[in-house]
Amino acid sequence: MRKVSPVERVRRVGEAGMSVIAAQGRATLFLFHALFGRSGLDNRFALLVRQLYSVGVLSLAIVVVSGVFIGMVLALQGYSILSSYGSEQAVGQMVALTLLRELGPVVTALLFAGRAGSALAAEIGNMKSTEQLSSLEMIGVDPLKYIIAPRLWAGFISLPLLTVIFNVVGIWGGAMVAVDWLGVYEGSFWANMQNSVSFTSDVLNGVIKSLVFAVVVTWIAVFQGYDCEPTSEGISRATTRTVVYASLAVLGLDFILTALMFGDF
Amino acid sequence: MSVANAYAVELKNLTFKRGERSIFNNVDIAIPRGKVTAIMGPSGCGKTTLLRLIAAQLKPASGEVWVAGTNLPTLSRRELFDMRKQMGVLFQSGALFTDLDVFENVAFPLRVHTKLPEEMIRDIVLMKLQAVGLRGAIELMPDELSGGMKRRVALARAIALDPQILMYDEPFAGQDPIAMGVLVKLIRLLNDALGITSIVVSHDLAETSSIADYIYVVGDGQVLGQGTPAELRDSTNPRIQQFMLGAADGPVPFHFPAPAYAEDLLRGPDA
Amino acid sequence: MRIRTLEIGVGLFLLAGVLALLLLSLRVSGLSVGNADTYKLYAYFDNIAGLTVRSKVTMAGVTIGKVTAIDLDRESYTGRVTLEIQQDIDILPFDSTASILTAGLLGEKYIGISVGGEEETLGDGDTIRDTQSSLVLEDLIGKFLLNSVNRE
Repeated sequence: MRKVSPVERVRRVGEAGMSVIAAQGRATLFLFHALFGRSGLDNRFALLVRQLYSVGVLSLAIVVVSGVFIGMVLALQGYSILSSYGSEQAVGQMVALTLLRELGPVVTALLFAGRAGSALAAEIGNMKSTEQLSSLEMIGVDPLKYIIAPRLWAGFISLPLLTVIFNVVGIWGGAMVAVDWLGVYEGSFWANMQNSVSFTSDVLNGVIKSLVFAVVVTWIAVFQGYDCEPTSEGISRATTRTVVYASLAVLGLDFILTALMFGDF
Repeated sequence: MSVANAYAVELKNLTFKRGERSIFNNVDIAIPRGKVTAIMGPSGCGKTTLLRLIAAQLKPASGEVWVAGTNLPTLSRRELFDMRKQMGVLFQSGALFTDLDVFENVAFPLRVHTKLPEEMIRDIVLMKLQAVGLRGAIELMPDELSGGMKRRVALARAIALDPQILMYDEPFAGQDPIAMGVLVKLIRLLNDALGITSIVVSHDLAETSSIADYIYVVGDGQVLGQGTPAELRDSTNPRIQQFMLGAADGPVPFHFPAPAYAEDLLRGPDA
Repeated sequence: MRIRTLEIGVGLFLLAGVLALLLLSLRVSGLSVGNADTYKLYAYFDNIAGLTVRSKVTMAGVTIGKVTAIDLDRESYTGRVTLEIQQDIDILPFDSTASILTAGLLGEKYIGISVGGEEETLGDGDTIRDTQSSLVLEDLIGKFLLNSVNRE
């Protein structure tokens, strides 16, 4: 291995830092250019619908299945812990609050990053490497408006919807386990839940979180694809990076949002 | 638009830099109208960059790019958009839009630049596909086409708006002899029948020499030589000679720069 | 055509999402729609420890309203609780008692109203005179110790 002097190492770290900042700058300009400004296209709605399908509808399967399982597990674990305090009747509100405030937005966002995010990055990277984006420019169509913007909006719309669906099937799964299997009284399951779940501070906050996650995950996925090196290596690296960065961003933002929303004790 | 101009495209004092490195330094290139002009040179000399400069995908650091009587870098977005109707580009990989079928791909520029009714668009698409010999493939998706067919459909798309200038980026790369023959025939046909100015960027010497009326050899950020294929073959410039003959060693050396051979062998592994 | 199935799929997806949101709002979070027919009552407590906004207000165990505000009354240095009672329960006698009780082992506090005997009933904006504060553990222990000392 070539020997690298300490000065060289420092220089490299500095360079890496600068390129991260530069990439962030590019990503921000990219986002604004894609979302705002005249588009000049007349079939924007059709493009959006197609993307909603491939980004949202196709993610339904994994979201619903995961939701049911997570709801069921929550009910099981919650029941076993609460029964040691004699408070099994509270399992309903435990499942609901956990899902609505935390697991719903976060887990759905992570699943979305893995399924839809990586697909977006790969698709756009592939378009870049086969020069489809350049062809669009040659014909006079701005690829940021034609390819990128519909995918961004589709992500912004889909993830909150997926989160809400995740929450509902999760609560249903939890109810199934708690009421049908573990024998919690159905009336108190739902009554306790309704009493302790507030629309504004639980349901809405969860939706707000999922909106923030939607912006971040879709933005990262789309930018990584657009910015990647137009080779197959570049594409695969972009895909991996999307999942990693998006997941870390979701978890980090979750902490900040939770502190802001639920943190004033 | 100056009709009397013998040149469809003129690059004057063109300088283009990527970062600190200058890819082109005060380059002058004139592409004659209605003829097939080839731009050739060793790999990495910036041939594709030239195409992109002509097609206004890139802006030069300094200099002028005159296409059809206007200096491209000075145009507004709107004017540039209109300008694109007169230029068609065929990319190396065809670059068909993978989520649209052949018909929609060829119809795409028509839909963007015109408001023609559906029947007219269909007629034009059929005509263009007929010209490249793929009218029967009209309903296929790009992933059902072979590489050569993809390029032909991309060519049909490039001529959809009847451009005056057609640019081909490495059209012969990786093609089997039949596909190559088809492309050569099409390039020449479109050029002669429609009076289009064709610019071919390639490093396939044999095929390009067979159809080019004029060749520019580019390297080291400048024009190394220009002329008809015959003139270049008789050139005395060693770099052009090496290129035209395909010699392994010459001004572009065989060995990558390295310390002296004996020294390297005797030095042994690093401590 | 393929585009049609796409549109139907997306439409169903959006519908499912909106439906899920509705379900969450109404069935899970107990958001009440249009039950705006309530009237306000006030009650002053020496100690409201543990009572929160949105706590239940019950009578004979039946939920008849909820707590909508808790403030400190600057003149009497007591806690003023605002209760919103359903409009159709306007039969609370003027001398009813409001007590802060604990529900279940998890210690959720709620207000229980026990009826008095007067003819006149409480109306919008009235105050419940007789109140029973929250039971605080330290006071109980203190009372117990005091009692045992006294007895000796």
